[in-house]
Amino acid sequence: MSSTTTHRSPMAPPRSFLWSRRIFLTLLTGFVLVPVYVMVSSSLKPLADVSGKFRWLPSGLTLRPYIDIWSTVPLAKYFANSLIVAGAATICSVVIAVFSAYAVSRYSFRGKRVFTVTVLSTQMFPGILFLLPLFLIYVNIGNATGIALFGSRGGLILTYLTFSLPFSIWMLIGYFDSVPRDLDEAALVDGCGPLGALFRVVVPAAIPGIVAVAVYAFMTAWGEVLFASVMTNDDTRTLAVGLQGYSTLNDVYWNQIMAASLVVSVPVVAGFLLLQRYLVAGLTAGAVK
Amino acid sequence: MTTTTAASAEPGERTVRKSSPGAARGPRRTGRIKRIGLPYLLLLPALVLELLVHLVPMVIGIVMSFKELTQFYIRDWGTAPWAGFDNYSVSVHFDEPVGEALLHSFFVTIGFTLLSVGLCWLIGTAAAIYMQDTFRGRGILRALFLVPYALPVYAAVITWVFMFQHDNGLVNHVLHDQLHLTDKPSFWLIGDNSFYALLTVSVWKGWPFAFLIVMAGLQNIPGELYEAAALDGAGLWQQLRRITLPSLRPVNQVLVLVLFLWTFNDFNTPFVLFGKTAPEAADLISVHIYQASFVTWNFGTGSAMSVLLLLFLLVVTGVYLLLTSRGRKTADV
Repeated sequence: MSSTTTHRSPMAPPRSFLWSRRIFLTLLTGFVLVPVYVMVSSSLKPLADVSGKFRWLPSGLTLRPYIDIWSTVPLAKYFANSLIVAGAATICSVVIAVFSAYAVSRYSFRGKRVFTVTVLSTQMFPGILFLLPLFLIYVNIGNATGIALFGSRGGLILTYLTFSLPFSIWMLIGYFDSVPRDLDEAALVDGCGPLGALFRVVVPAAIPGIVAVAVYAFMTAWGEVLFASVMTNDDTRTLAVGLQGYSTLNDVYWNQIMAASLVVSVPVVAGFLLLQRYLVAGLTAGAVK
Repeated sequence: MTTTTAASAEPGERTVRKSSPGAARGPRRTGRIKRIGLPYLLLLPALVLELLVHLVPMVIGIVMSFKELTQFYIRDWGTAPWAGFDNYSVSVHFDEPVGEALLHSFFVTIGFTLLSVGLCWLIGTAAAIYMQDTFRGRGILRALFLVPYALPVYAAVITWVFMFQHDNGLVNHVLHDQLHLTDKPSFWLIGDNSFYALLTVSVWKGWPFAFLIVMAGLQNIPGELYEAAALDGAGLWQQLRRITLPSLRPVNQVLVLVLFLWTFNDFNTPFVLFGKTAPEAADLISVHIYQASFVTWNFGTGSAMSVLLLLFLLVVTGVYLLLTSRGRKTADV
């Protein structure tokens, strides 16, 4: 689905429309860009520059913050933690969502409606509702079985993957529904098992939706703050919590904070922009029916 | 049998050969029990996880809301004494401090959510409609507009924290030093201004999602509709009112509900912006409950507040779905 699919009125729009569009889009671009500019420019400023009055142009450019961020706090460790947690949560959530969505989209069974309604309604619950009970459950499981969920990456992965699961299942059901049923029925006829039909026919046809779901799951996990700040310890801390380490009692290293923010943002933003057309395509078929 | 035609669209030639008439009964060959059990088997992982991470905690949360759960009992919460409806009555006694603060926070959240969702929807829809036609730079602009949405919350919000700083922030520099709009530099992260600071950040972060969804919705409107309308002499404004907005209605119904729930429940933005205790003017309900539970260490009351919040959201969503589905029905007639 390319970006040029939407042609509208065949006649040229009137000047007034063009002007209002120009003004609106310019203002909006400014609104969007100013924080991005602040992030980039401040990350290249010496500390004296960011501690004093704000100035649009730096007095001198330096790459120092980009070097210092790794030693002021163990950023590499947080980065690795975030990558492991978000990566694992994404993979698990995509696989599980694919199975569930396939079941809902292709089979009729008792309890189907209850399942979809339950899964969907967990979307609307505030995260704070689960925080304390989940903390208690993880501690209890830990005491009973010795599996450390609290403070471990495993517990965080488990939590995150269920956060993205409802939305992923919801979107994939819509996406699978749009894959003609005849295709996988033909594969079944052909001697594929149901799983063969799923992986040989439905999944390849639904790749844009699956990519969209993966992007969403990764972003959810990469950006989560609440559970990360309660459920991690020094070793398992993720970026969401780790970035707070740049403010000390004496100094707030704003240039380093901005540099670190930029470094942790680049992978997700780049990935998102590369894959955004899949996300739009996925939303068209899934969320927007 | 449509099987053959559809299968021929597939690359595998094998498929075409085998799916001759009669063979379409193939699925029946799989065992009956296997067929009945399979959907449940496929759902099992999702079901187990949902149970573990959402449903069981919810039940525990409800039980906890009836207990006198302070930090003394947190290690072994089962032994905490029953409180009956005490936690609830504390929460809803609106003339007492706890209840009053909760009610205040509730109204702040409602006001904030309505404003934020409204602005996100308005900006997102306007941008999507303005960018419906192709023009030079459209692709770049579209990618740029998605950046706030793609940025991790803490990285984006922390940048805003920097911009809202009293002494070295951009906002005061522009408003006070450059435009001379204020007598003296304002505080943005404490006091009454914090509401506007929160709203700004929330809209900045949230509108691209509306933009994304509306753009997706616009792609589903057939171009012929516009062509026909243009032939009939309908101007841009009429096309917008008669074609674009009505066609977007089902999309908007989902979009507004999702935006409402996300904004209403948002914890990350205020938490990164203000820390564990938000200023009164921007005391959103999730941070308020977090504070009631983890700062004042009264988990029982915090749970009761969560349950009340949940009931409220259930009612709102139920009513909303009822209203929109009725609207859809009448629109069909």
